[in-house]
Amino acid sequence: MSLHTARFVLPETRAAYQSLLERAAQHYRERPDERAVIFVPAGNAPHKPITYRAFFENAARYAETLRGLGVGRQDLAILVMDHSEALLYAFWGALMLGAMPSIFPFLSDKLDPGLYFERVRQLIGLSGAKVVIASAQYVAALAALNSGVPIVNEAALQPSEGAPHFNPEVRGEDIAFLQHSSGTTGLQKGVALSHGAVLNQIANYSAAIRLRTDDCIVSWLPLYHDMGLIAAFVLPLVQGIPLVLISPHHWVRDPKVMLHAISQYRGTLCWLPNFAYNFLAQRVRDNALEGVSLASMRAFINCSEPMRAESHRQFAARYAPYGVKPEMLATCYAMAENTFAVTQGGIDTLPKIDLISREALSAQHIARKAVEGERTIEMLSCGKPIPNCEVQIVDEARQPLPERHIGEVAVRSDSMLSGYYRRPDLTAQALFNGWYLTGDYGYIADGELYITGRKKDLIIVGGKNIYPQDLEAIADEVPGVKAGRTVAFGVEDERLGTEAIVMVCEVETDDADERFEIARQVRMRVAQQTEVTLSDVYIVDAKWLLKTSSGKIARGANREKYLRERDGKT
Amino acid sequence: MSAEIRDAVRTFILNNILRRPNYKLGDDDSLIKGGLMDSFSLVEVQLFIEETFGFRPDDVDMTVENMDTVRMIADYVAAHR
Repeated sequence: MSLHTARFVLPETRAAYQSLLERAAQHYRERPDERAVIFVPAGNAPHKPITYRAFFENAARYAETLRGLGVGRQDLAILVMDHSEALLYAFWGALMLGAMPSIFPFLSDKLDPGLYFERVRQLIGLSGAKVVIASAQYVAALAALNSGVPIVNEAALQPSEGAPHFNPEVRGEDIAFLQHSSGTTGLQKGVALSHGAVLNQIANYSAAIRLRTDDCIVSWLPLYHDMGLIAAFVLPLVQGIPLVLISPHHWVRDPKVMLHAISQYRGTLCWLPNFAYNFLAQRVRDNALEGVSLASMRAFINCSEPMRAESHRQFAARYAPYGVKPEMLATCYAMAENTFAVTQGGIDTLPKIDLISREALSAQHIARKAVEGERTIEMLSCGKPIPNCEVQIVDEARQPLPERHIGEVAVRSDSMLSGYYRRPDLTAQALFNGWYLTGDYGYIADGELYITGRKKDLIIVGGKNIYPQDLEAIADEVPGVKAGRTVAFGVEDERLGTEAIVMVCEVETDDADERFEIARQVRMRVAQQTEVTLSDVYIVDAKWLLKTSSGKIARGANREKYLRERDGKT
Repeated sequence: MSAEIRDAVRTFILNNILRRPNYKLGDDDSLIKGGLMDSFSLVEVQLFIEETFGFRPDDVDMTVENMDTVRMIADYVAAHR
C-alpha cells in the first residue's frame, strides 16, 4: 500500500449529497466498469466480480418491478431472502425507488420454517409492509400466509430496459431503510434510519477509520445486522470501495475462506464480533493456510459484542506468522440506533487497555486504576467518539457523571434514528433531550469509552442481540415447566469469547427422566425458534427462582444464584 | 466397527463440545436441531474426524442435514474413510 498515492475518502459526503442514491448514481455514471462487489459463493463455484454498472442495472430490475406493483417512495419492502447476490440487488432496488427495504433475518438449517414464516406474517401485519421480495424457494410458503401483500419472486424478474433510475425526489429526511433485530421483541422495534443519518454516519465513520481509496473490505457478516449492513455493505457501495462478500453460512462451515479472500484481494478492513477472533484462532489449521498472507490488512475491527483483550491476543499470536500485527487490531462501539458506530479505537494507536480495581467497580461503581496487589479487571477501550458524535455517562436521574464513574452510556449525533418505525412510544422511551439512552453501562477515561455491563435485558451471542423474554416465552410453553417460572440470561464463556445462554426452569416433577425430557424439549424448541442455542438448561424445584420486590423474576439475582450453584458443584 | 465409530464420536461430543461426559446422548438425538450444539461446533467435529480417522471431510458436507446426529456423523465416517 503506498501512502502517497492513496487518498482519504469522502468525509464531505454529508454536505455534498441529499441521498444515498445521488452517490450511487455518481458511481454508475463515473466508474461503471470498476468492481463494486466480489461475491464469494458457497462451495467451490468461482468468485463473481460485479461492476457498478452491473450492480445498479440489476438493482433497477427490482425498482421497476416494485414500481409496477404500485410500491412507491417511503413504502416498506420486506426482504425474505437467503444471503445471495439477489439480496444485494433487491435492497438497492428498493432504495433506488425511494422505498424502504428491511432485510429479514435469514432462515437457517436449524430453524423451524413454519414458525419462521409466521414471524414474517407478524412483521407484515405490524409494519404495514407493501411488498415482500423473496428468494424463489420461499415464495410458496410466503404466498400461503395470505398476508395480503404481493410476493415478488427474485427468480422471476424481467430484465431491465433502459438506464437505471435513481429517484431524484428522495430527500435527506426520507427513511432509507429499517433495521430489525430478530425475535418477537426485536421485530417490534424497526430502527428507521434516514438517508441523511446514513450519509452522516458514513462520512463520520470514514473519517474515524481514515478510509482510503485503495481500501478493500472483506466480510462474511450477515446483512440483517447493523455491522454487516452498514460497515460491510452500504458504506463500501456509497464510498466506492470494493467489497469482498462471503456468505455467513459458508464462513461458519469454513472459516478459512475469509483469510484466503483477504490474501487474494489484498483486503485492508474487516469487521468481526469478538467471538470470531477466538473461533479463527482456535479452529483453523496451518494446513488450511498455505500461501495465505494477511499483511495487507489495516484493521480487524472488533465490534457488536463485549470485546476482550484476550481474544485479540489469541488472534494476533495465531496469525502473526501470516502477517497480522498487533497494530491491526481495532475496536468499535456501535448500535443500529446510531446507524452504526459511536466510537472507534485502535486506528492510529493500539487500542488502550485499562486495568481497573475489581473491588472499586463492584463496591463503588467507579473504574479506579488498580494498584499493586489488587484484583483487577482488564478493560479494552472502545476508543473515542467518531466525529459529530457525543458520548456521555449519566446516572439514574440522567445527570452527567464525571470521568471513571460507571453509569448509562448516552449518545447524541447527527446519524441517529428517526424513530422506531410506527412506535412513537418506544422512541420516546429511548430518547431523552436528544440523547439516545443505550441501556449499556460504562465509563469514560481520557476521552475513551469503556463498556462494563448492561442495564437492559439483552443477551449478545456472537454479535446477535437476543431478548431473554423471547426465550422464556418459549420455555414457558413446554409441558412440565411452571409457566412464568423461567429465566434466561447470559454468562461469559471465555473459551468462546462470547456469552453463553443459560435457561433456568422450575418444574413440578422430581422424576429424573421427566426432568431430562423437559430440558431436552426446552433446548430443542429454543433452537428451532430462535437464532441461538442454549448452553445449559438448569432444571430446578419450585420456588428456586428469586423475585424482585415488585414480583418480577429477577434476572440478575437468579444469574448470581445459578453461578454460585454451578461453581459450587465443580 | 460402526458401533466403535459411534462411541468415539459420542465421546468426543460429550467431552469436547457439550462438556458433560455424563449426558445421555442417544445415537439419533438431534444435535443441532435439538439445540445441544450450535452450527459453529461442526468445525470442531470436522477437525476431530480429520485427526481421529485420518481424512478431512469436504467443507460442503459439514451441514446440519449431514451431521445432525451421532449416527449420521459415524455413518459419514464409515462411508468416507
